[in-house]
Amino acid sequence: MEYLIGIQGPDFVLVAADNVAASSIIQMKHDYDKMFKLSEKILLLCVGEAGDTVQFAEYIQKNVQLYKMRNGYELSPSAAANFTRKNLADYLRSRTPYHVNLLLAGYDDTDGPGLFYMDHLSSLAKAPFAAHDLTRDDAVDLLKKCIEELNKRFILNLPSFTVRLIDKEGIHDLEKLAHGAK
Amino acid sequence: MPLEDTASTINVIDYNFGLSRQKTSNRNSGVPLHFFLPTSPDSAPFHYRPSFHFPASNHSLNVIRPFTLAHGTTTLGFIFQGGVIAAADTRASAGGLVACPAVHKITPIHSHLVVTSSGSGADCMLWERILAREIRLYQLRHRQRLSIRGAAKLLSFMLHPFKGTDVCVALTLCGWDKEAGNTGCLIYVCSDGTRLQGDVFSVGSGSPYAYGVLDRGLRWSLSRDEAISLAREAVFRATHRDAYSGNNVDLFHITAQVHQV
Repeated sequence: MEYLIGIQGPDFVLVAADNVAASSIIQMKHDYDKMFKLSEKILLLCVGEAGDTVQFAEYIQKNVQLYKMRNGYELSPSAAANFTRKNLADYLRSRTPYHVNLLLAGYDDTDGPGLFYMDHLSSLAKAPFAAHDLTRDDAVDLLKKCIEELNKRFILNLPSFTVRLIDKEGIHDLEKLAHGAK
Repeated sequence: MPLEDTASTINVIDYNFGLSRQKTSNRNSGVPLHFFLPTSPDSAPFHYRPSFHFPASNHSLNVIRPFTLAHGTTTLGFIFQGGVIAAADTRASAGGLVACPAVHKITPIHSHLVVTSSGSGADCMLWERILAREIRLYQLRHRQRLSIRGAAKLLSFMLHPFKGTDVCVALTLCGWDKEAGNTGCLIYVCSDGTRLQGDVFSVGSGSPYAYGVLDRGLRWSLSRDEAISLAREAVFRATHRDAYSGNNVDLFHITAQVHQV
């Protein structure tokens, strides 16, 4: 059971993912990173079936990097999201569909921050709104409240979360958020 | 079209699994690449449509097995300051029968890599041999040894076409290479596609019991003897409680040189 969250502010996107890599009921890793850096200002968060996540996410990642090598400039977050969705859709009715759910977060120099949700049936939804006047600290507080609620009501234990922030400067690693229960 | 054609999937160029007509590769100066690899029952070459359709296989559907597969084993591996320890029990079980009390579940692949196996015994034996062959071929072609991470990725890619079939292989690659710096490298590769690098892994039906012992006693600063006795204790406790693990304990310690304990 995995958890991804993205919060879009006026000029940034904050994303967090849990750190558990599980195999049936056993936590095999406590510090697993579910975010894939597509480019300097785009992150792909990927959860779902065991092997599909890494295979699919790395495929998208390498293709986005290839685009930059061929054309000299990077794909925008919106273009990357649509490319990802197209790939999911193409495989959906094949013999080997990818069972992954994704959040793509990025900062476009012209359009600003963007947060896209994609699921294994290849639906794509762009969050059409952002919280107004949300500072970065407010966003981190909001995130902490979400994690607190999660640890209160979700049946599974998700002890720690990787947190990253994307703005016009690029991707910043924030402090890992850990749940206090021992 | 600026991006890769979506019809070309994750097709590792050198490994065509004998399905396409391409026999040699320019990169390898004409070294033949057409070799035997088990063909997956419902895989088709990525670039043409078969004339008849295999029944669609969906990863999330459960495949009906002719008999129940039991994966009884306890294997573990962990990294500490003195290198990497790999340990496993030696029982091969087929349902309720102890098929063999003295199986080697830890196989040295080359001087700095051992593989612990669990899952289906036949599948593990085959895939270990395939992995050993591919690593050796890489070494011959590129004149340097493949890193542990590279070997894990290679194995994961080779297993990918068989995802959703009955192939059940859960290997832990334990090794030492320059890329990992002065510590060892421990990577868990599973036939469902999981590939995880970490500091401690235990796999098999006895793994919860082994984790219980390991999680308490494991520290980076263990001495060689402490680490060996911790590994042995963990496997022993698992064999005590798990019906499908038992008999003896095999233990390997990997440093700059591999030697069996």
